[in-house]
Amino acid sequence: MDILQLIVSGLANGCVYGLIALGFVLIYKATEAVNFAQGDFMMLGAFITLGFTNADHMGLPFWLSVILAIGIMGILGYLLDMIVLRRMFGQSQVAVVILTIALGFVIRFIAGLIWGHEPQSLESPLSGLELRFGGLVLGMDEVWVIIVTLALTALLYVFFARTKLGIGMQASSQNQLAAYYMGIPVKRIHSMIWALSGVVAAIAGILFASKGSIDPTAGLLGIKAFAAAVIGGFGSLPGALLGGIIVGLVEPFAARYMPAGYSQIFPYLILVVMLVVRPHGILSQIQTKKV
Amino acid sequence: MSLLELKNVTLRFGGLVAVNDVSFSVEEGEVFALVGPNGAGKSTILNMISRLYTPAEGDILFEGKSILGAEPHDVPVLGIARTFQNIELFEQASVLQNLLVGRHTHCRSNFLTDMLFTPFVRAQERVHREAVEHVIDFLDLQPYRQKLIAGLPYGVRKVVEMGRALAVKPKLLLLDEPASGLSVEETQDVAFWIEDIKKVMGVTVLMVEHDMHLVSSVSDRVMALADGSMLSIGTPQEVQTDPAVIEAYLGSDDGTESGEAA
Amino acid sequence: MRIVFKTSYDADIRLFKHKAQAFWYLLLFALAILLPFLISDFLIGEATLVLIWAICGMGLMVLVGQTGQASLGHAAFMAVGAYSNVLYQEHFSMPFLLSFPLAGLTAGVAGALIAMPITKLHGIYLAIATLAISVLAEDLIVIMEPLTGGVSGLFAPDIEIFGFVFNRYGNPVELYWLVLFITFLIVYLYRNMLRSPIGRSFAAVRDSEVSAKAMGINVARTKMVAFAISCFITGLGGALMGHFATIFTNETFNLIMSITLLLIIVVGGLGTIHGAFFGAIVFVMLPLVISLTRDALTVFADSGSVTIPGLESGLFGIILIGFILFEPMGIYGRWLKIRTYFELFPFYRKDMFRRQKSYLKTERTR
Repeated sequence: MDILQLIVSGLANGCVYGLIALGFVLIYKATEAVNFAQGDFMMLGAFITLGFTNADHMGLPFWLSVILAIGIMGILGYLLDMIVLRRMFGQSQVAVVILTIALGFVIRFIAGLIWGHEPQSLESPLSGLELRFGGLVLGMDEVWVIIVTLALTALLYVFFARTKLGIGMQASSQNQLAAYYMGIPVKRIHSMIWALSGVVAAIAGILFASKGSIDPTAGLLGIKAFAAAVIGGFGSLPGALLGGIIVGLVEPFAARYMPAGYSQIFPYLILVVMLVVRPHGILSQIQTKKV
Repeated sequence: MSLLELKNVTLRFGGLVAVNDVSFSVEEGEVFALVGPNGAGKSTILNMISRLYTPAEGDILFEGKSILGAEPHDVPVLGIARTFQNIELFEQASVLQNLLVGRHTHCRSNFLTDMLFTPFVRAQERVHREAVEHVIDFLDLQPYRQKLIAGLPYGVRKVVEMGRALAVKPKLLLLDEPASGLSVEETQDVAFWIEDIKKVMGVTVLMVEHDMHLVSSVSDRVMALADGSMLSIGTPQEVQTDPAVIEAYLGSDDGTESGEAA
Repeated sequence: MRIVFKTSYDADIRLFKHKAQAFWYLLLFALAILLPFLISDFLIGEATLVLIWAICGMGLMVLVGQTGQASLGHAAFMAVGAYSNVLYQEHFSMPFLLSFPLAGLTAGVAGALIAMPITKLHGIYLAIATLAISVLAEDLIVIMEPLTGGVSGLFAPDIEIFGFVFNRYGNPVELYWLVLFITFLIVYLYRNMLRSPIGRSFAAVRDSEVSAKAMGINVARTKMVAFAISCFITGLGGALMGHFATIFTNETFNLIMSITLLLIIVVGGLGTIHGAFFGAIVFVMLPLVISLTRDALTVFADSGSVTIPGLESGLFGIILIGFILFEPMGIYGRWLKIRTYFELFPFYRKDMFRRQKSYLKTERTR
């Protein structure tokens, strides 16, 4: 029973990592850029919801706040790409990475300005309720996290593989110039992907914040999510989720069974081993090119 | 003993046979050309000689010894230098620095003495600098010495690419489409240079080329390939008049339909 | 407009291109040496910090700017330098003159060892691996508590050379001169590296690995050497940082510091020695400028000055974004453009430094 408990809470955490990782992979799949601020997006999404729904802020109904927050984050993602990232068009990947790192700093600062640096809790109807199966206690929030994550991943997978927009996104990431020639509005697609990523981050943030407290530095969770994305396979949507779940599951078990201090390094040890042995992750998307 | 010898070399990419049982030898001091339609496996053969690929079957001998055990960076030490079809110069460096990299196999200093810049390193630098200057003289690159590659026109880059290979002071020079994308005048320059490389420098040349005019004017022997297999081997005239070659590749009489379009 | 007429190969080899350039740099060095007589002790302390950051920046620059290998984990090597320096002094009773270079060597060896598996990776995967190293280092320091003091950290003794004690608060000017001397040495080593075969090998590996191999450069070994030199320099910087901070813990050299180091050299100008210095100046001066502005504003607004936490990093982030968008060559790049404008006057063309647009081709099939 104990182990099952660890598994469930690990799964729930893993799903949050997986969602953030999903945001990374979305942007990477479409633009081959890495958004180091994805974790901070998540934090921002959570705080916006908090700002709308918490009693001491605006006190709006929960579901309204969720919709508003998702909408705002989507628009923010779109605007961010349109205003800032479009200027980077045609520049090297490294420059974009550094840009997003700096962006993370700025987002953290602004979040601290608006909502303060104290940890706060999202008042959501998801938390507090519990399911009991003979000795096993599942928080409703944990169950919700798992359900929403699975649904979202499936949706996105279908989107990329089947819809015209999704295929256009894949095309523009594989060969921009060719995509342009085919009439694909590459820049607009990029902005849409960033919007989508913002939405996913917001959902991740809401789920995360309803499980516990959140403060502006929560975005640093993104580093772990990053490791998760790499483990699962950068460029693969199910891979992102898989990686997140692996990291999420490993953590509580390492904390329980390993000496203190070692549990934290486990996800990163796995990452390093992965990079050395199979750098492209478990569900690798790299094919060798015929020259 | 031939300078370079390929014996029954075969290379496959998955299910595709890129090079099929190819054998030929290049004698010292000659200019040998590989011709054939796109996808015939010509550049692949060069890539195998420079050890970027490993043949599935067969052997490659340089000066009588097999080089299949060598790493790509051992190849210039043996005495083989190459150019690349899609110019692989160091974009953020000047022409001079690119050429100086060609001297790497002649470097006698290690990174420690480099960082301390001992008098020995300084003397060595002068030697390298002078050697490179000879290459610059040969290729008329004087006006471009200090210019960054990133701003140079295509024709000049092709020349620098050749210069960098020459700076290695090789015994065998592999040229991958030296005239592709060049104008008529520039191609004539290339022809003169290849002649000088052969006669004055005594370097053996193995080149892949589409421009049949250039091939027939400078090559001693030619080998035609198609779909990875050998079609014909001999003097330029023999190969050009071989019916199998005409059918597979040349098509029209003057054979200039491909390669010039770049 | 200046035309440099060269009459010998040495003109290409020597450090200064022409007499005027040598003159300006000598002036700069003189200014640096005479600085303590011009500004207050507090600012001298800040200047020392700038030099230390510049040393660490130069270390990272060797890797990122010269060899094109991204590293988001260099604070780990600063930590190796700082910890080993103090440990050599405490446990082996080594004098500073011995422990200091040895600490650098330790960091260099650590870098070389880590480089071996890592340099097979490219682009974003390399960055991630270095990121993982930085995070791992933080936690490993805690795990190795008996050696490293874990979370409570280590207390760095004063630098002592032949009986003369350098203390940050006791004699900041002498400490500044010591650090300045070390900085000169490192700049000299760096410039030698740039004009010699090893520097060219680094640039070759950065720009085109395939043709570097074709020219006889052992790419794997060159990357390892680059890592070793880079971590050596950064280790030295870390050791100095340890002495300057007098006490450091596992939190001191954390991931944020790694990232900050990278941002510093980008702001300053990637691939240049000047870049490390400019970036360090911006980073160290920023908190000072903020507090000065705040004081100036309170004069006008006449309200209690509000401390905005996280303002430094937020502002630094904004500055960096500004640079990446409008001046990717960094501060030194902008300076180069201005100087070229005056040198070539009136022949300066507006788009001389324009980058070529490159369209994205996926790295996922290679």
